[in-house]
Amino acid sequence: MSARTRRQFLHDCRLGLGRIAAAVLLGRTAATAAPAAVTAEPRGPHFRPRARAVIQLFMGGAPSQLDLFDPKPKLKALEGRPLPASVIGDQRYAFIQPDAGVLGPCFEFARHGESGAELGAPLRHLARVADELCIVRSMHTDQFNHAPAQLLMNNGFPQPGRPSLGAWALYGLGAMSDDLPAYVVMSTGSGLSAGSALWSSGFMPSELSGVRLRSGRDPILDVATPDGIPAATQRDTFALIDRLGRRRRDVLGDPEIDARLAAFEMAARLQVSAPELTDLRSESAATLALYGCDPDQPSFARACLLARRLIERGVRFVSIYHEGWDAHSDVRGNTLQRCAETDQACAALLADLRRTGLLDDTLVIWGGEFGRTPMVETNPALGRSEGRDHHPQAFTMWLAGGGVRAGATHGRTDEFGFHIVEGAVHVYDLQATVLHLLGFDHERLTFRSASRDYRLTDVHGRVVPELVA
Amino acid sequence: MRLAPPPASIAPLLALVVAGALRGQGGPDFVREVRPLLSRHCFPCHGPDAETREADLRLDWPAAGAAGLPQELRDEIVRRIGAPADDPDRMPPRSAGAPLAAPQIATLRRWLAAGGVYARHWAFVPPQRPPLPECRSGAPHPIDRFVHARLEAHGLRPAPEADRVTLLRRAYGDLLGLVPTPAETRQFVEDPRPDAWERLVDRLLDSPHYGERMASRWLDLARYADTNGYEKDRPRSIWPYRDEVIRAFDRDDGFDRFVVEQLAGDMLPDATPEQILASGFHRNTMLNEEGGIDPLEFRYLAVVDRVNTTGTAVLGLTVGCAQCHTHKFDPLTQREYYGLFAFLDQADEPPYEVPGELVPEHARRTPTERTELAAAERELRSSWPADAEPLEGRFLGWLDEQRDARVDWRPLRLVEATSNLPRLDPQDDGSVLASGDTTKHDTYRLRLRAGELPLRALRIEALPDPRLPDGGPGLTYYEGTHGDFFLHELRIEHGDAAVAIARATVSYAANRFGRGAVGGAEMVDGDPQTGWSVHGRIGERHTAVIELAEPLPADGEFVLQLDFGRHFASSLGRFRLSGTSAPGPLQAEAYPPDVDRSLGRDAADLSPAELDRLRTAFLMQAPEVRKAADRVRELRRGPAPVTSLVMQERSADHRRVTHRHHRGDFLQPREVVEPHTPAFLHAWPEELPRDRLGLARWLTARDNPLFARVAVNRQWAMLFGTGLVRTLEDFGTQGEAPSHPELLDWLAVEFMARDFSLKELHRLILTSATWRQSATVDPAAREIDPENRLLAYAPRFRRDAEFVRDSALRAAGVLDTTRFGPPVRPPQPDGVTEIAFGSPHWQAGSGADRLRRSIYTFHKRTAPYALLHVFDVPSREHCTARRDRSNTALQALALLNDPQMVEIAQHFGRALATCEAELGSVDATLREAFVRALTREPDESELQAMREFLAAQQPRFAADPAAARATIGVAADAAVEPDQLARRAAWTALARALFALDEFVTRN
Repeated sequence: MSARTRRQFLHDCRLGLGRIAAAVLLGRTAATAAPAAVTAEPRGPHFRPRARAVIQLFMGGAPSQLDLFDPKPKLKALEGRPLPASVIGDQRYAFIQPDAGVLGPCFEFARHGESGAELGAPLRHLARVADELCIVRSMHTDQFNHAPAQLLMNNGFPQPGRPSLGAWALYGLGAMSDDLPAYVVMSTGSGLSAGSALWSSGFMPSELSGVRLRSGRDPILDVATPDGIPAATQRDTFALIDRLGRRRRDVLGDPEIDARLAAFEMAARLQVSAPELTDLRSESAATLALYGCDPDQPSFARACLLARRLIERGVRFVSIYHEGWDAHSDVRGNTLQRCAETDQACAALLADLRRTGLLDDTLVIWGGEFGRTPMVETNPALGRSEGRDHHPQAFTMWLAGGGVRAGATHGRTDEFGFHIVEGAVHVYDLQATVLHLLGFDHERLTFRSASRDYRLTDVHGRVVPELVA
Repeated sequence: MRLAPPPASIAPLLALVVAGALRGQGGPDFVREVRPLLSRHCFPCHGPDAETREADLRLDWPAAGAAGLPQELRDEIVRRIGAPADDPDRMPPRSAGAPLAAPQIATLRRWLAAGGVYARHWAFVPPQRPPLPECRSGAPHPIDRFVHARLEAHGLRPAPEADRVTLLRRAYGDLLGLVPTPAETRQFVEDPRPDAWERLVDRLLDSPHYGERMASRWLDLARYADTNGYEKDRPRSIWPYRDEVIRAFDRDDGFDRFVVEQLAGDMLPDATPEQILASGFHRNTMLNEEGGIDPLEFRYLAVVDRVNTTGTAVLGLTVGCAQCHTHKFDPLTQREYYGLFAFLDQADEPPYEVPGELVPEHARRTPTERTELAAAERELRSSWPADAEPLEGRFLGWLDEQRDARVDWRPLRLVEATSNLPRLDPQDDGSVLASGDTTKHDTYRLRLRAGELPLRALRIEALPDPRLPDGGPGLTYYEGTHGDFFLHELRIEHGDAAVAIARATVSYAANRFGRGAVGGAEMVDGDPQTGWSVHGRIGERHTAVIELAEPLPADGEFVLQLDFGRHFASSLGRFRLSGTSAPGPLQAEAYPPDVDRSLGRDAADLSPAELDRLRTAFLMQAPEVRKAADRVRELRRGPAPVTSLVMQERSADHRRVTHRHHRGDFLQPREVVEPHTPAFLHAWPEELPRDRLGLARWLTARDNPLFARVAVNRQWAMLFGTGLVRTLEDFGTQGEAPSHPELLDWLAVEFMARDFSLKELHRLILTSATWRQSATVDPAAREIDPENRLLAYAPRFRRDAEFVRDSALRAAGVLDTTRFGPPVRPPQPDGVTEIAFGSPHWQAGSGADRLRRSIYTFHKRTAPYALLHVFDVPSREHCTARRDRSNTALQALALLNDPQMVEIAQHFGRALATCEAELGSVDATLREAFVRALTREPDESELQAMREFLAAQQPRFAADPAAARATIGVAADAAVEPDQLARRAAWTALARALFALDEFVTRN
């Protein structure tokens, strides 16, 4: 590898840590890349992106839209009585019987900001940045169980094996940071239903997978030098690997060895950049207070602050998973608890991104994998009462930042919050719109695998212009 | 080439025009150059799928036949593909998003100018043994003849043979997935015999490590894992299947036979336990245990996965596309997809108790000793609390009560048993066995006849049975306690009227979920959320007694309706019904038959032994000694048997009906589809039964054009990093054409001629000059062929994850070579598995469990073992034919810092410090270290680099004993002298660096 190609390689290392899809796709690493991976479609945006980075706030378990975003006074009036059978149709439910009685909204709603966005009482912090939000009340999905629905939302398919939205973003846009992985994943709630498939690169090269940022002294898996190894020894180790590697390259003439050495250079850089990233001492007391963040304790708030720092450092895609919204029982208490953990930090993140000018080209996506039923879930045998079951027909998400129509509330559900009556946005439509904001025509952003051109949106999806500024 | 004319009915599907030869006269190569373009750019609208066909034009099957496309159509195509981009006539249309580039248009034009003549897709034509080409190199080996001829056609020459040490290391890596030990290296290098190489290859093929290496790629295809997948991702026991795969590769009794056993070993005549275990291949599908799923939907998805996996693993075809619609590129219709589905749709999915001889010794569970049980029963008596009422008095009181309350139960005659779905079969002992599919809400209706006397009460015995999950008595197989049931409502009808129930009791009841009450009354309270379940006492007999408010007349017929269901499937698996005319109140009891008999006899007639048994029965239910009783119960049950998941074909009178599903949707079944195979492949021999075994035989038949080709190509890819067909998963029209088509066919035919022996195939390849050539890059060849597809030199590529970890263990001298058994948990960083649902903790094993080969590592699908996953071991959530081979900074970090790699380096460091003490020489020890890790001797510059490194670390550790102690970690045993601490730490640091070298992880 010439000095130029070596420099090029290091430059390319920005993408997804280490070896780079672009290089792979060009067949640079001969023995490894699939030729079929060379697509007719050029990588890089199809048109000018409105967002260059994404923060995804994935509320695993599915928050209750009826208690936070989609007020339905009619449910109060109907409380305890079943919905008309004609409304329910043949929908299958996970736990409840379709003729279960209705549960009224658990909280008061009020209008906020100039836009007059309606929010439930537990979202008192989000209310302060209501004008940044584009609230989509008319989301719907095909899946009513957690793991398949989370996978559909993130990977466009209800079974594991497809690339995640983050992998698609990276595949399309590449990376911007020299020192950090381009796609970072944090998890601050309980364990995730769909597990690591949610940030998998699926059939794409594995370096397009999300890299977990963890709490503790080893923020990236194995990034910390082991106990007892002096820093100087670690430096010498890298030097010895480099020296012996170059010697071997000279004997064999194989430029692949340079690629390996470059990966070690990147590893050495990560050993510096990762602790720097997660050391929040450089943040002001005011900022920590804004997020409500204890710098030393893992929390959703800390993850949000880290997300801002990651975006500042050029990371392309950040996902924060906060699992725990699955309120089959006590939806009121669950919602209050989850909001106590997340509401202030979500609002702080938007305000902080606005303050630092990052919000203009950073897309923030908030939501779960489906909604919750207007009907109550009560099941003494399971020790459940006053809960809500899974509801795929209608739920709410919100977007903010890069290219999004701020201050809008899109879509409408019927008086029970059961069906969408206006402006339906399927999961695929949301994905098409997100790709649109990143500069891609979702029908043309394809990846060839097993001899088929795959899209994130399969054969579905349409961009929803009402969500775009 | 001979091609029989296809039957008229399937001709249109064949995409076949015999053009006399594969190459049209003067035009481009149809198979390699033209067909892929047509397939990619034209077939989506002009291909096999009638639903998306435009303008009634098919380009996959030209009506003109062998003559090629008619002139008129050719002219039209030329005009359209050449039209300006904005011309509405332009093809493909802009909206299709797949424009043709200028050179591609030129290729199509040349083809059309030469007549537009078709040839059948190469992979669908059975391979014929091609003549060996001539080559200037004069190589005798057939493989070399093919490879050298192509190199020479490109003006290239093969590389010289690699040196002996490199070859040795390459062979160990390829065949065993391990580095050789220094002793093994010396043995080979010093072997002067002319056939030393052949002897080495034979020895490796016979090594017990061979099967462990070969199995891992098959397990990727089989999507083998130790957990169920999806949300809960709970552990499952299917490791005996994994062991059988390893044994099968060691046995090498033909890959065709292997595949038949994987798909249908359970159906072979007089199937052996090994063959039954092998049928676990298709039990590696995921199982969704998420609360509230529809179990039938996920069973459907599992069969979909079985069809797709069969397509990928055996045929090398992406049949999965046809689940939702007729394949866009390959001639596979949606109906044919469900034809394959129908073959795989007839199995039940029981656990299988693994016979003792197939359980490795270290995993055998000691059976309960008779003496141990006797001791526990004595303990039951002796633990009677001193402050309680004396045992004998309580016992006699109880005995009187039980004798008074005892009822003679008479069997009720079962007239008819029906259900919404499960099959209810009367058994010889008067009981009923439920089997087949079950839903979240099952209803059994049992038409019964009362006996000679009026019926005052009836009894339900819930019976254990080895055919039920965990021994029953229930059918619950996911989410709930396996083998449990939940009877939420019970109803008796006489004529048209419901019979009033006075009272219901049960012998035992406990609930797994929630705090809701369970018991007899809960079965008759009209509340579907309460009922009877027996969590905690699975595998035992339980009873319920239902007393009627008014007796039913003698000989009258009545219906007992049982409703089961929770948020998971929970029906009863085996039960027996009996009745009595005895007046109440009655209490359900579940005494063993001998105890019950004794209770029915005159007290005076009871022998001391009978009294003793009765006393034990009393103690078993006495609250005073519950703990001791639980212990007896546990011992009576004995250790849980080792089980594995297998397939079991249903009987001919218990068939599922398979439908085509519109858009592949479970909820949209359409017409019924009988089992049948795709028309474009070889014919179905009428003598084969149309079942799963027949399918397996058809798939592995010698006239299957794909089976042998796909298999040899995967072996080639494993040894050379890239297949002759690079798309290991797709030999269809969209797959890549082979780099050496004649070699592929020759190997396929040879493989069949050698009865599908993988070991012979490996021997054949390893004795070729092509496999043995040097990996030193030839710059001229790299210029012409940057991907080295022509094999001008040996390919260098990063070894598999398992090689990296296992070889480090072997170099360090601590690899534990125990084979088989339950999966083990070597150390990994904290927080890897906690990301998954339920945040499970990874409790690393101790001792040898940390040092076993990687194939035995517990594989959790939603959070795979980090060190292996970072080196591209797939998640095993679906069939994977080709592993990625990434090179990332995360791998660099893992090699240096992962706790498992660090621990192995600590073992290595200790060994090196010992070695230095024995040899008394730094350089000799450095050489030893180098040879153990990299097999070859270091050169002087490498030696110098290591010397300097070692010398620099020594004082650092000497100055900081705490750091030294932490660095040597597990190797910090009491034996290490304080003054040796720093030395051992320095060696550990060196060991760590050696494992991180490119050369260590790369095939050279």
